[in-house]
Amino acid sequence: MTQTPPPVLDLCKLEISLPKGADRPYALEGLDLTINAGEIVCLVGESGSGKSLCAGAIMGLLPEPHVRVTGGAIRFMGEELRGKSDAEMRKLRGADISMIFQEPMTALNPQKTVGWQIDEVLRLHTKMTKAERKARALEMLERVHIPEPSSAYNAYPHQISGGQRQRVMIAMSLVLSPKLIIADEPTTALDVTTQLQILKLIRELQEEEGAGVLFITHDFGVVAEIADKVAVLCRGELVESGTTDAVLNRPQHPYTRALIGAVPALTPPPVKAASDAPVVLQGTGLKKTFAARGGLLSGKRKAVTAVKDLTFELRQGETLGVVGESGSGKTTVSRIVTRLLECDHGSVELDGTDLLAATPKELRALRQHIQMVFQDPMASLNPRKRVVDLIAQGPIVHGADPKKAREDAKRLLELVELSPAAANRFPHEFSGGQRQRIGIARALAMEPKVIVADEPVSALDVSVQAQVLKLLADLRDRLNLSLLFVTHDLRVAAQLCDRIIVMQKGEIVESGLTAEVFANPQHPYTQNLLSSIPGRDWTPPSLHTDAA
Amino acid sequence: MTLHMPPILTYALRRLVQAIPVVILIMIGTFLLLKLAPGDTVDALVGDMGGADAAFIARLRAEYGLDQPIWVQLWRYMVKLASFDFGWSFVYEQPVATVLMDRLGTTLMLMAASLSIAFCAGIVLGAIAARRAYSATDNLISVLGLVFYATPSFFLSLMLMLVFSVKLGWLPVGGIKTIAAFYTGWDHVWDVVRHLIMPTTALSLIYLAFYLRLMRASVMEVADLDYVRTARAKGAREGRLMTHHIMRNALLPVVTLLGLQFSTVLGGSIVVETIFTLPGLGQLAYQSVVQRDMNTLMGIIFLCAIIVVVVNFLTDLLYARLDSRIELA
Repeated sequence: MTQTPPPVLDLCKLEISLPKGADRPYALEGLDLTINAGEIVCLVGESGSGKSLCAGAIMGLLPEPHVRVTGGAIRFMGEELRGKSDAEMRKLRGADISMIFQEPMTALNPQKTVGWQIDEVLRLHTKMTKAERKARALEMLERVHIPEPSSAYNAYPHQISGGQRQRVMIAMSLVLSPKLIIADEPTTALDVTTQLQILKLIRELQEEEGAGVLFITHDFGVVAEIADKVAVLCRGELVESGTTDAVLNRPQHPYTRALIGAVPALTPPPVKAASDAPVVLQGTGLKKTFAARGGLLSGKRKAVTAVKDLTFELRQGETLGVVGESGSGKTTVSRIVTRLLECDHGSVELDGTDLLAATPKELRALRQHIQMVFQDPMASLNPRKRVVDLIAQGPIVHGADPKKAREDAKRLLELVELSPAAANRFPHEFSGGQRQRIGIARALAMEPKVIVADEPVSALDVSVQAQVLKLLADLRDRLNLSLLFVTHDLRVAAQLCDRIIVMQKGEIVESGLTAEVFANPQHPYTQNLLSSIPGRDWTPPSLHTDAA
Repeated sequence: MTLHMPPILTYALRRLVQAIPVVILIMIGTFLLLKLAPGDTVDALVGDMGGADAAFIARLRAEYGLDQPIWVQLWRYMVKLASFDFGWSFVYEQPVATVLMDRLGTTLMLMAASLSIAFCAGIVLGAIAARRAYSATDNLISVLGLVFYATPSFFLSLMLMLVFSVKLGWLPVGGIKTIAAFYTGWDHVWDVVRHLIMPTTALSLIYLAFYLRLMRASVMEVADLDYVRTARAKGAREGRLMTHHIMRNALLPVVTLLGLQFSTVLGGSIVVETIFTLPGLGQLAYQSVVQRDMNTLMGIIFLCAIIVVVVNFLTDLLYARLDSRIELA
């Protein structure tokens, strides 16, 4: 007689309370979730939905007593985890339940070697001898496909790449064949090609081990790639759950529908008629090398080439996307064309005037024609200034009447769909998306011809991201702006850019109309990038919602 | 370069070369500053003698080379210094080098003892306070730290003296050894230690407070980092987190401070040595200023500059040893 084994994890009406003064009394309210052996369940939600606290609750690692489980059951292999002593939980942690974290750079101790950190799990949970432990660690490094496991064993985390660090993290969490693996946004910090490799690896090892996986993510592309089942969280409440196919293609709940509707489809904008609009920004033969760290007398300063021989042109009313992975030089490009970084060679012509050759005085005058929108709106707005002053500052510096500049600032707030009442508040009083709107208004205040946007939506949740992208496209069309749009996210590039430049190691490997590059990539690197987009085979159903 | 040396040696050599202009600049700067101050050796000598006639004073000045333009004096001094000739002390009637060497040991002992006590006690107390943050223990430690921090060392010195020497009579009131006792062997060591207890305490408490506060903040910061959470998720207990994951990372900023503060401890030793009449460099510096003993003063400053440079070099080595991310280059 076979008895069905209990599910690996069974959450029943899980309730986590937040401290007084939080935006809501409960981080999670009555969450039901079941994970069987050999199953990958994705817990999806935007920031603040409570998904990471759910992981903390299962591990018994909530920041108690401020945040604690106040109701429901957490059953692991049929056994209730609530009320277990700390010593009992320590035995489970790392051995039967393990965790993979988001940021592999910070999740590993910088002062200990990779080998030591894997070894620690074995030392804590087994009575293996030193030699056995080392053999086991090397075997695990081999299994996560790290080249030369024995040299990686002795390396410090900073000596290996980001993708390899995440492989180490995975090796560490799987070394004792846990029954439950909790992966908290394990690929969010990685480049798209690395992300795909890591997702495949998690899938591969999970199938070999037959473990249950709780996979926490905000990215529906990743969900489409890896999940068997999906649960969608909205402000601590489970709004929808089911098989991946059902949730992704036939979402029922309005929130899920809005979220999925906001995922940029991989269909580029229609090709505009060959533009004969004037060229507003033209970069020619741009080159930038960074001198590596090292003293005068050490005699070994190795230069790093960030951008070599880059040429591009941007026409009026057009959006040119610069896409590439980390280290491709795309951010350097955005800094060079705004002359926030001095370049070694080449010219950047803004309406026929070479920006790079301008004297400091000329440059100050030119700056108002080219403005930047930065990635992190929180870090790029002075926290001690009111919104109206942040926006009016640029025009005032350029000689506008302060009173009029402040009036204009209020109008700009309306333009970016914020209430004029926001003018007298401080940046921290806004949400991420609202702050990015302020950042855009700040750039627009100078009435620029060109806006250079460096990853402007990367820090935002998907629904907010869609709104900000829509706003940018709207403003571009209404004000006949030209956009230089730097991004790592090919979905975003597909949605907004007329033409794109694909960069690798400081060079353009391919450029052309977005639609053509996406439909028929020529360079192997572009092909690789496009085939690594998570969930590329899944086209978000077209849902008619007004949330996006 | 065809020469192949271990990286550590190349590094040390490079640091040495970098240190030379630093020391030269310090010496030139000090020389000029001291010349700006009113009065010179001759004034002090004549003052002690109760006055003398102008011709005698002029003769003395010429003898000591003090009648020359300041640039000539500076040049002569620097040339002699290049061969480690510190000149003659007219106050002690000895070569300056001899005077300095007599005093160096005492100051080094005082500083080494004060700094090691301050550093060790500071990081231990700081770590304890951080792990029990906002508890009664933490409050007690933090308040004590604040009290130490706010107490000037001269006041503390006098209070210690009053209590332990005058009232209780447990410890000697000053000096480095009991005069005319002629102890040998361990008796001598114990005698010196007894003389050093109060000066060391007075000098170390304020620095202890520095390290304590920095270590507390540092441990609290590191304890919140992702890799500590990772270790916890591996099933490590709290004690292990502290010893294996937090301590070494939290120590880094404290070690930086240790190197930076060495020079201020040298400054602090002037006050403490003077109060406890310890025959060290600090006390010598004070007396040399009063007596306008320019050569001795310059010698002390040269020695201190060297000590600070060496200590900073050692700190950097220690830092590189502690932080695997730093490579000496």
